[in-house]
Amino acid sequence: MSLSSLTITEAHKRLKEKSLKSEDLVRACIEQIEKVDKSLNAVVHLNFDRALEQAKKLDKNGTFSHPLAGIPYLAKDVFCEEGVPTTACSNMLRDKDFIPPFSSTTTKRLEAAGAISLGKTNTDEFTMGASTESSCFGPTHNPWDLTRVAGGSSGGSAAATSADECLFALGTDTGGSIRQPASFCGCVGLKVTYGRTSRYGVMSMASSLDSIGTLAKTVEDAATILQTIAGKDPLDATTGDVPVPNYSLTIQNDIKGLKVGLPKEYFLKGLDPQVEQVVRIAAEQMEKLGAQVTEISLPNSPHAIATYYVLCPSEVSSNMARYDGVRFGHTVPERDTLIEYYERARSSGFGDEVKRRIMIGTFALSAGYYDAYYRQAQKVRTLIKRDFDKAFKNVDVILTPVCPTPAFTVGAHTNDPLAMYLEDIFTVPANLAGIPGLSLPCGFSKDNLPIGMQLLGPQWGEDVILRAGYAYEQATEWHNKKPAII
Amino acid sequence: MDLSPAQVRHIAKLARLRISDTEVEKFGHELSAILDYVAKLERVDTTGIEPTAQVTGLCGIAREDVIASDGPETEALLATSPLPIIEQQIETPSAHG
Repeated sequence: MSLSSLTITEAHKRLKEKSLKSEDLVRACIEQIEKVDKSLNAVVHLNFDRALEQAKKLDKNGTFSHPLAGIPYLAKDVFCEEGVPTTACSNMLRDKDFIPPFSSTTTKRLEAAGAISLGKTNTDEFTMGASTESSCFGPTHNPWDLTRVAGGSSGGSAAATSADECLFALGTDTGGSIRQPASFCGCVGLKVTYGRTSRYGVMSMASSLDSIGTLAKTVEDAATILQTIAGKDPLDATTGDVPVPNYSLTIQNDIKGLKVGLPKEYFLKGLDPQVEQVVRIAAEQMEKLGAQVTEISLPNSPHAIATYYVLCPSEVSSNMARYDGVRFGHTVPERDTLIEYYERARSSGFGDEVKRRIMIGTFALSAGYYDAYYRQAQKVRTLIKRDFDKAFKNVDVILTPVCPTPAFTVGAHTNDPLAMYLEDIFTVPANLAGIPGLSLPCGFSKDNLPIGMQLLGPQWGEDVILRAGYAYEQATEWHNKKPAII
Repeated sequence: MDLSPAQVRHIAKLARLRISDTEVEKFGHELSAILDYVAKLERVDTTGIEPTAQVTGLCGIAREDVIASDGPETEALLATSPLPIIEQQIETPSAHG
């Protein structure tokens, strides 16, 4: 087995006792990328030379006291990293490769810890999608079945983590974009409380819904990463002034007496029976570990997708306005008038899904439709958030499926954008409410495709969902299964 | 909601997008289907419910008006533009035509 198959916990132990060099770990990941990425298409920009340079420096002078020191990772192609092409997998930023002159706060925190950036992973264009198919670099394939998608929009990060191309990866989650690919690829995906991590330097999609999180091989690894990237950032005014708990410590506590809620609205017609079965078995497993499982109700759940697909495109239409061929990005030779220049640059730079969302948002915010669409959606958002506030008075965590089905085939939803949107049905509520969600493996379909379960917690409740996830994971074997491709 | 081609063109204009006739038809169908789906929100009773703009509960986060950090150099920021730079300014096509 390649060194790249180590978890962060395992690698850190060996690095600290000097029985492993960071350079060897980085080389192992590079070799793995060279071996499997032609089949997966998960990695889009490489940073190998710098990575090796950093690793060698650390091996020479470093103490490896930080748990992430010397650990190689990949970042979704929206995390600005000084000097490394970052293109949101869009032609808008790709034909004159956008090379950021600054790094995101998350990147800087990882750099300060000694973690080693290997490059950038594939994503749906500007993170809009649930399959990584709208990327200008083509789709990412699922390591468990190459004819299927890796999920999205952090499909590259999830596939790379599952296929040992890195020890962890960064992702963003606006409507499920970390949790869903984690479920499709069989790894751990952590979406944090809105404001737990800094969005500074990460290309925005929907500013009130975006959150920065991680894909990892184990829950313990996810806790370690969160420990490092969480916390208030003066450069992001939406980060909370809430102390960061010692997640690596709190996950070790058991779950005796933990109250787990199963929302009846999530177990509906259309849910693949295999998914339902493994999630219910996972609930039983948690009961064996001492948790108390009860049925709860989140009555406004059926409105979540519609709410999300008004609010998200509206915010998108605003955030995409900066891509106008002036300060960065794609340009066109015709320089007639400013307005026509904007139209030509934007239309030739953006792909269809981005245009679709910009237009839905523009419509929903336009005069005459604002109250009926946007304002109404904001009010329904309040109702959805209240459902969770009420539920968490009676339960500690909420257990749900992550997606209605295991990974679908590449091209399955190409002609039906609405069908693609409906894949997000179980994940968008957490973004609307701003609460954290952990996706972790809990079984396989009869076609050997991973199926994940989702643990939702109250605002700032990362410690409880990580603890619940860790207890379940340690009592099961799913995290030890690897795809044949590696 | 059945969007007419005129409505689709109007939206595209507001969004500063240029779309072809085939695209007007294609996006028209797709957008209409999506808007039909989200229109069901109209039926949700939201009497007396305040809209949620953000979930942090934070308000008026400010800082002292001092230069807090060294950001990227001006030259580095200008270097990312695809347009000509004249005296540290980006030269855009004319707004007047």
